Amino acid sequence: MAIDNQTVKKVAFLSRLRVEDEKIESAKDEFNKILQWIDELNELNTDNVEPLISVNEQTLRLREDEITAGNNKDEILQNAPMEEFDYFAVPKVVE
Amino acid sequence: MSEYVIETAKGKWEVIVGLEIHCQIISKSKIFSGASTEFGDNPNENVSFVDAGMPGMLPTLNRWCVHQAVKTGLGLNAKINKYSEFSRKNYFYADLPSGYQITQFRYPIVGEGKIRIDLPDGSNKDIGIERMHIEQDAGKSIHDLSPTKSYIDLNRAGVGLMEIVTKPDFRAPEEAGAFLRKLRSILRYLETCDGNMDEGSMRCDVNVSVRPYGSNELRTRCEMKNVNSVKFVMQAIENEAKRHVEVYENGGDIIQETRQFDPTTGQTKVMRKKEFAHDYRYFPEPDLPPLVLDDAYIESIKQEMVELPDAKKTRFINELGLTAYDASVICENKEVADFFEKASAGHDAKKVANWLIGDFFAMLNKRKLSIKESPVSAENLGNLVELISKSVISGKIAKDVFEIMSETGDSPEKIVEEKGLRQVTDVSAIEAIVDKIIAENPDNVAAYKKGKTNLAGWFVGQTMKMSQGKANPAMVNELVKQKLDK
Repeated sequence: MAIDNQTVKKVAFLSRLRVEDEKIESAKDEFNKILQWIDELNELNTDNVEPLISVNEQTLRLREDEITAGNNKDEILQNAPMEEFDYFAVPKVVE
Repeated sequence: MSEYVIETAKGKWEVIVGLEIHCQIISKSKIFSGASTEFGDNPNENVSFVDAGMPGMLPTLNRWCVHQAVKTGLGLNAKINKYSEFSRKNYFYADLPSGYQITQFRYPIVGEGKIRIDLPDGSNKDIGIERMHIEQDAGKSIHDLSPTKSYIDLNRAGVGLMEIVTKPDFRAPEEAGAFLRKLRSILRYLETCDGNMDEGSMRCDVNVSVRPYGSNELRTRCEMKNVNSVKFVMQAIENEAKRHVEVYENGGDIIQETRQFDPTTGQTKVMRKKEFAHDYRYFPEPDLPPLVLDDAYIESIKQEMVELPDAKKTRFINELGLTAYDASVICENKEVADFFEKASAGHDAKKVANWLIGDFFAMLNKRKLSIKESPVSAENLGNLVELISKSVISGKIAKDVFEIMSETGDSPEKIVEEKGLRQVTDVSAIEAIVDKIIAENPDNVAAYKKGKTNLAGWFVGQTMKMSQGKANPAMVNELVKQKLDK
């Protein structure tokens, strides 16, 4: 599988990354180099082998259902680029 | 049930519907953080740094949310998957601070199951459940406070959700409505979700397609997101299906797209076409290892399962002799069923059911009260029925007693004693009244004897009136006939 310029643009859009037009060509090359390497891995037969999710074999740690956070609106909103009436304010989003 | 077919001058069409329902998990804290799930608090009051998507913050799964999901899965008669995984669903939206939602993708916690729905004509149908997975809710966007800005409240961000996906088994709007009512009832019995569609704690996405009647093909479907009442879901299906039929019959094609249902017009309009459709790029959540459950754990949750509406209904029909209709009305709501069981204990259950569904519900409606706020206790309703069964009062007087009970909350025994409403069953006392009325109305007696036999009812009425409704009606009937026919 090879990546074309169109796919680079699409991935950049989905990731909300700005890639200048003159950088697209080099981004495409980098993508393809990575994919070539993946292709080498594909030479191994992995039929009936489940994908490895994590190399960390530990089981999931669970927490009790207790309220241990919150009530720190000011700290939370401190990171808002814009804040009004205790809400995060963002440019109007209309679907 | 009779088939739901869209018939036009050009042909007959069948409707295919599947539902996806998001149900907020009842828990004190969020699914991956320790912030409160309280609804209606001030904006951004219940937000942890995990919920706000701060760099370096790690999610930790809430044990109770897993418990609730397994319990719900059992209530859906579904397979519980001992191995499940979390994934990231990637998209950008202002109310999703981390840019991804933690959800389950390839391996959900609950697999296939089914729910039996009750249709208006008394028939049943099984609806297949495809899967149920757990995930986090997004924050809430408010678009109507400013012309240029949207406001974001993250209190809801990170609240646990169960997403239930059905098989495309619905063939009529009524079936989808019956399913949502049954699901809500089960969730409320289980106490895993409060099922309030108007508050958004249960939200429904509706997938609709149509096909020529009798064919097996599956055509392109459209999805309507967040339809927020049972009635609107039914309306959305009806109108969207009609739209598909119109498009096809005019030679057009349906494009796969997300549409929005507008409750004010009942119509759907396009939200998002497929070419702009999200590409979620799911991948395994690196911050959470797989969730592994064992048999003992699942078994322990089975032990705490409550009797669900269908089982309760069957028991009420078989053991208490209720009609199927009465039983399903009573069992839909757990509080009503509990109230009924308390009220009918030791009394005539069928009569208690009649009173509950009739006068009692009418009284709650009139007073705009929930069953929890009822001035008439379950015990007192049962005792009232007992007074009728024992002929202490007539059914007619019982209605007056009930009226007073709902004013004062007093017991029926107390009211009957205080107001002297005890039924007169002394033959000589009733006889005296009947004799008096016959003596005072020779004209009517003569007319009766000439063949106007329906005048008997008039004599009965007069007797009841004179006894202030306290005479035993059966005895009055008999005595009047006896004396008039003499």
